[in-house]
Amino acid sequence: MKYIDEFRDPALARRLLEDIVRRSTRPVQFMEFCGGHTHAIFKFGLRQMLPPTVRLSSGPGCPVCVTSATDLDRAIALAGVPDAILATFGDMVRVPGSRGSLQEARSRGADVRVVYSTLDALQIARQNPDRPVIFLGVGFETTAPTVAAAVLQAEEEDISNFYVFSVHKLTPPATRAILDAGEVRLSGIIGPGHVTTIIGADAWRFLPDDYGMPCVVAGFEPLDILRTVAMLVEMAEEGRPAVRNAYGRSVRAEGNRTALKIMYRVFEVGVADWRGFGPIPDSGLVLREEYTHRDATRVFPVEIAPPAAEPKGCRCGEVLRGVVEPPECPLFRRVCSPRTPVGPCMVSAEGACAAYYQYGEET
Amino acid sequence: MKGEPQTILLAHGSGGQLSHELVERVFVRHFDSSILAELNDAAIIEFGGFNFHVPGSTNLQPETDNLKLAFTTDSYVIQPLFFPGGDIGKLAVCGTVNDLAVAGAEPRYLSAGFIIEEGLPLETLERVVVSMAETARAAGVQIVTGDTKVVNHGAADGLFINTAGVGVVPPGVHLSPSNLRPGDLILINGTIGDHGMAVMMQREGMEFGSSLVSDCAPLNGLIADLLAACPGAVHCMRDPTRGGLVTTLNEWATAAGAGIEIEETAIPVREEVRAACEVLGLDPLYVANEGKVIVAVAPQAADQALAALQAHPLGREAALIGQVTDEHPGRVVLHTPLGARRVAEMLVGAQLPRIC
Repeated sequence: MKYIDEFRDPALARRLLEDIVRRSTRPVQFMEFCGGHTHAIFKFGLRQMLPPTVRLSSGPGCPVCVTSATDLDRAIALAGVPDAILATFGDMVRVPGSRGSLQEARSRGADVRVVYSTLDALQIARQNPDRPVIFLGVGFETTAPTVAAAVLQAEEEDISNFYVFSVHKLTPPATRAILDAGEVRLSGIIGPGHVTTIIGADAWRFLPDDYGMPCVVAGFEPLDILRTVAMLVEMAEEGRPAVRNAYGRSVRAEGNRTALKIMYRVFEVGVADWRGFGPIPDSGLVLREEYTHRDATRVFPVEIAPPAAEPKGCRCGEVLRGVVEPPECPLFRRVCSPRTPVGPCMVSAEGACAAYYQYGEET
Repeated sequence: MKGEPQTILLAHGSGGQLSHELVERVFVRHFDSSILAELNDAAIIEFGGFNFHVPGSTNLQPETDNLKLAFTTDSYVIQPLFFPGGDIGKLAVCGTVNDLAVAGAEPRYLSAGFIIEEGLPLETLERVVVSMAETARAAGVQIVTGDTKVVNHGAADGLFINTAGVGVVPPGVHLSPSNLRPGDLILINGTIGDHGMAVMMQREGMEFGSSLVSDCAPLNGLIADLLAACPGAVHCMRDPTRGGLVTTLNEWATAAGAGIEIEETAIPVREEVRAACEVLGLDPLYVANEGKVIVAVAPQAADQALAALQAHPLGREAALIGQVTDEHPGRVVLHTPLGARRVAEMLVGAQLPRIC
């Protein structure tokens, strides 16, 4: 595990910073799409190390945060299906829908389990053949192939009690939505490293081609991120936007074709409801027609009330679109904290508000 | 979405902010004891002001010498019951011994209460009890009273153990977060995160973490050596169990109204622990320990204290990791390896593996 240190080397970091300072002549703002980047940037205190001309802002890349209240309400309702076991990833259990969260449903008796991989959920289905096991599939292109693989595995083994509620989302359409809205002036995009490992760096070519926007795909270590910022500054200064890859140890231009093939064998592109954005066409993954018998929303039609109004004053939507920074929200720290989160960005460790709260503003 | 949760969540048991609030709002409020309200690892009870009735005598004995007892209890509900480096029995003895030891007490007597699910193999129970006996012997304590309850299948997860313990606080020893002074140095007796990651790897059946071993150990010997090496200079000690190092330091900062600065590169973390944390997206700063003690010591005695820790088998990797400051009261600030400074806040609930 020595390799971690190589990506956290203080001397190399200083050199990269000097490089950034030397090249940067005019104010730029880069958005990190990915919540994992937001978390790393705060954890390592990178924002305060950058020169004042270089600003970073957080984007919508926290899969938990962008799950709509309606989808969460539906997941909670599905957890209430008689005998059902609802399995999902970590933070999802904490995020509030419009009327409570999955962990509250669990404390009232629903069988909600946190799993580390979709295959764990499949294992639960094998062990409980008499009970419907519903996997709440959340995440971007990173997690979707594993869910698809679990569906195929369930087919192969004929595990008939395994179902999926897919709220999977695709990252490029959300990035387009931010740029099309024009609410925030950006000079470059820090491309999500794990997502791009799957979809390939070429998937971001629309950024320079359609928007004149540089994009550098980044890893998650401090030096990865600083190198990415240096490359973005260089492209922004020179006015030559392109897609570049600063995460070559993981990301290829064409991505992971095997994963994509599995993903699209099980899912097809459809509309998805994003918190902060609303419905975005062609931005989600829905189960293909031949897998409707695995689609929890079709097999268990649950009634859900129309979502309660978004809490007053909460600016999560704007935080997710990069329009405001968490401290600009009137509720931040005063009313809204990880203990009493008003909006999802405060709940998930990958949310921008939680990162701000947990790691503080620059001291 | 707003407001307090109205039912008990698993997160209430995580040792984070929710646990603290539950304790304050329910237990401290209703039990209404000034000793409890100090919320130390062990309650310190002074018998000095009491008059003891001597059997057979009609006279009240005059005031005795001050006798300070430390008294604590803890329940153990860990799964799996056996893990690399320990088991629920060893943990139940070490946890209570350590809570007494960090209060400055010499642990003496323990109780052991067992809640057993019907169907538990007798062999399993006996293995646990043998382990408790061995650990108690090693720690120099006696298990002198106990209780056994058997509950229906499904009403407990195999085996739950409660232990309580009493110890004697030597004269002149007074440890409390209120003793923390700006300039005090903060030491730890070794690597963090070993216990939490060993248990998690075992529980989740993750093979890449199979080399991890819990640090579960009774610390009273180490602590006795430390207190002897620098009498009066140790201001406060805690064992950073649930919630890990940063949670405990935040508790200190809040209780003392002081600031704490820690140096991330100075904090010992085993490579395997770091690797396992990286893979799961966890931070070792918040992972549980069962054989670690954090020590706040007056700066002039820090060298002796560190040497005393390092001279003990359970403190070979002891390190100086931080300092108490009069800046940013109530907050813990961490210096990152790259030279940035950031707040290290207490977690609300348990850490969860990342998705993204």
